Amino acid sequence: MDRTTEERERVIVRFAGDSGDGMQLAGGQFTAATAAVGNDLVTLPDFPAEIRAPAGTPAGVSSFQIHFANRDIATPGDTPNLLVAMNPAALRANVSQLEPGAGIVVNEDAFTKRNLLKAGYEASPLDDDSLDRFQVWRVPMTTMCQRAAEAIEGAATRDVQKSRNLFALGLICWMYDRPIDGTERWISDKFAASEAVRDINLAALRAGWNFGETTEVIGTRVHVAPATDVRPGTYRNINGTQATSLGLIAASVRSGLPLCLAAYPITPASDLLHDLARRRDVGVRTVQAEDEIAAAGIALGASYGGALGVTATSGPGMDLKAETIGLAVMLELPLVIIDVQRAGPSTGMPTKTEQSDLLMALHGRHGESPLPVVAASTPGNCFDAAYEAVQIAVQYRTPVILLTDLFLANSSEPWRVPSAADLPVIDPGFAPPGDPDSAFLPYARDEHGARPWALPGNPGTQHQIGGLEKADVVGSISYDPVNHARMTALRAAKVAGVAVPDVVVDTDPGAEVLVLGWGSSAGAVRAGVRRVRQRGLPVAHAHLHHLNPLPSNLGEVLRSHRSVLVPEMNSGQLARVLRAEYLVDVHSHSKVEGRPLFAAELEDAILKEIEG
Amino acid sequence: MTTTLTKADFQSSQETRWCPGCGDYSILAAVQSFMPELGIPPERIVFVTGIGCAGRFSYYMNTYGVHAIHGRAPAIATGLAAARDDLSVWIVSGDGDALSIGGNHLIHALRRNVPIKILLFNNRIYGLTKGQASPTSELGKITRSTPRGNQDPPVDVVSLAIGAGATFVARTVDRDKQHLPAMLRAAAEHRGTALVEILQNCPVFNDGAFDHVADKQQAAEHRIPLQHGKPVVFGAEGERCVVRAPDGRLALGETATADPASIVVHDARGEDPSVAFALSRLGDIGAGPVPLGIFRSVDAAPWGDGLVAASREAHQGVGTAELDALFRAGDTWNVA
Repeated sequence: MDRTTEERERVIVRFAGDSGDGMQLAGGQFTAATAAVGNDLVTLPDFPAEIRAPAGTPAGVSSFQIHFANRDIATPGDTPNLLVAMNPAALRANVSQLEPGAGIVVNEDAFTKRNLLKAGYEASPLDDDSLDRFQVWRVPMTTMCQRAAEAIEGAATRDVQKSRNLFALGLICWMYDRPIDGTERWISDKFAASEAVRDINLAALRAGWNFGETTEVIGTRVHVAPATDVRPGTYRNINGTQATSLGLIAASVRSGLPLCLAAYPITPASDLLHDLARRRDVGVRTVQAEDEIAAAGIALGASYGGALGVTATSGPGMDLKAETIGLAVMLELPLVIIDVQRAGPSTGMPTKTEQSDLLMALHGRHGESPLPVVAASTPGNCFDAAYEAVQIAVQYRTPVILLTDLFLANSSEPWRVPSAADLPVIDPGFAPPGDPDSAFLPYARDEHGARPWALPGNPGTQHQIGGLEKADVVGSISYDPVNHARMTALRAAKVAGVAVPDVVVDTDPGAEVLVLGWGSSAGAVRAGVRRVRQRGLPVAHAHLHHLNPLPSNLGEVLRSHRSVLVPEMNSGQLARVLRAEYLVDVHSHSKVEGRPLFAAELEDAILKEIEG
Repeated sequence: MTTTLTKADFQSSQETRWCPGCGDYSILAAVQSFMPELGIPPERIVFVTGIGCAGRFSYYMNTYGVHAIHGRAPAIATGLAAARDDLSVWIVSGDGDALSIGGNHLIHALRRNVPIKILLFNNRIYGLTKGQASPTSELGKITRSTPRGNQDPPVDVVSLAIGAGATFVARTVDRDKQHLPAMLRAAAEHRGTALVEILQNCPVFNDGAFDHVADKQQAAEHRIPLQHGKPVVFGAEGERCVVRAPDGRLALGETATADPASIVVHDARGEDPSVAFALSRLGDIGAGPVPLGIFRSVDAAPWGDGLVAASREAHQGVGTAELDALFRAGDTWNVA
């Protein structure tokens, strides 16, 4: 058989197996190898909510998807070109999402009668015509791993079994022409304590690669050239959680405020707690609170003491924090609240993504309690969004809600590493010691409408704050109706006055339709817009990073297009805000499936909008 | 230059607004009088309060003050303690605030041993919301929310605190001008969480609830004074006592007839909290006799001992070079 190499612009690979099969690990190593060859990429891990769903069943399938290309890409991809299925359940759970002609690599050894039954197959799909639309490669991975490990002294059967994921990784690396030396180094480090385990895994990885190279089972290798439209700089692969935590740390360093994160474990926000808990070396203090309410209270107490108080949670945790966020609005102290959104309501779907906390972030407190809301758009952008949330909170002495989501938290992309010195310095502007001849005025305001941040310990500025309404400027308790109206207006004006950059419209000549996204749909919207443009149709595209206040040019932007399409992973929350705010009849493209938006569906939606 | 602090240094200019005759006035006066003893300037003292009549306390102290939200004062004070180790942090809370809505936070502050002092005003009633039963109200009590009598057994503050692992627990009375400051002093000296239950009168909704212990005439009969290293005896002539019964429990006894060896000698500093807990179960807080004093005072490392300084130091050691290194951790690649 002739070996050919096919050039492709982009490829989507999904690794799928039982949770415990090491699919996230294989995917992570494949991502590192892909980054090393200079492709642009976006990844999406997906795992079950159950700690250990029944092994071998579709409910227990864990997967890792990577989209890589020779150009700038925006999403982890809609439909995989290649599926690696480690067992029948993995095949069953994923096959419907493949496009016709996609490749499927199966671990043939796992297609036993018992496993087929557990996956709900009456007969093996490998033996009937149900997979005819696809190109299926049957690889006896378990047997190959056993053979590869035969010569290794002290090789335990269990360890050999577990090395299947590295066999699969080696094979897929060969198929897509990725180097395996990075993974070899990783294995050598990771299993340095046990020579046998190290050698088993190295043997499995190389066996996978060599299987591709020598057996000619797979006739075509695919080559994706390095991306060329990438800004020069130093890059690393980063997911949204890591980027958020680095953004917070950077803001903590550039503000001189030690970071204190208080959180209560909740999926998918817990990873932020895990990540920052390891950062005591840079002065980060984390507190695992007794509940979500305490987490918010501890963060607020830390801010009161002059630290950078941050609390992070997901949907249901936000409900519990609402009371404390309201107090922070009243106290006018900096506080950053990170909501890693997930599908709701209530417990909803804890491992599935959604953008449905927007209205809660904007309005989910009693009374008139406005606060700034910032939303991150890509995994790497979580860094900038977190940094900016801190800047706003500190400068305006206000709680700020940062919206990310499960998709951003887990998916990763190359991140152009910033230079620390280029990050703006954040001045906490603590109140100086008080003047003994005049009373301290805790509710006086600066040019931003912010009140003084007088820390306990600062002489001469003793004052008492609290949830009760305060008299303007002097800060004593006040039930005066006129004063309450004035304070309400002052708090609102402060938030409305937060400096937000104008929204930038990326447009084509003659574009009549504007596609306006926010948050993590950025990539999918961009990809959908690109597809429409590839058809030669003009379209305008803009993305909102600031949900409160909205950019001051937004009304004009909305009104200058014949129609505005707003795609969201909720039932139209931003659309509702825009209609209310600007009296523009925006059209909502809504999806509430716990899954990211897809480029293809947006392409369709935009085309319909263009047709009118 | 050393200036001597006085009570006036701790009085704020805000108008004090409690009902005439409220026990809070005498506690406020006692705290303001006691504060100069600490030798800590007002700016390094913080009062954090919850909701309820006691919640107003922070406004009346010329220190830093946060009047927070219902039951959450321990959480906010914990955050303050996580950020600062140079402050004297006090919580003022009521029985409703601390034990119902804030019960969880109280338990965790105590078990963590956060360096804060908690003054828990117990008047066994909801005052601010006008007279509903509280978690310390007695069974069968008729209130606006329990017209047929309270069905919920009361919680004992001291038992709860000891059960939660508190390292310092004391009980005192709002009107006692000697005992109350003594308990404040002992609490202030304690390194971790110190909880002082202050039996307090609500003249409007639960008047006289603690007259049996507050009233000087009845005090001898109704108080069981706890003093470390001393036998636990009470009554005008010390005629009653606490004894260890043959089955190991503590019980009230007559000094004259009790085996002297069985009379309990109070040990507030013992590691084992079981005897302090047993003492907290003795008597009847509503009718007497009531154990008063320091139940437990154990030296233990406060929460995050040294962490504030360590994190501040680590933080100060991070400049742009370290930040750049952090950004570049792991595999990086260059695009020209």
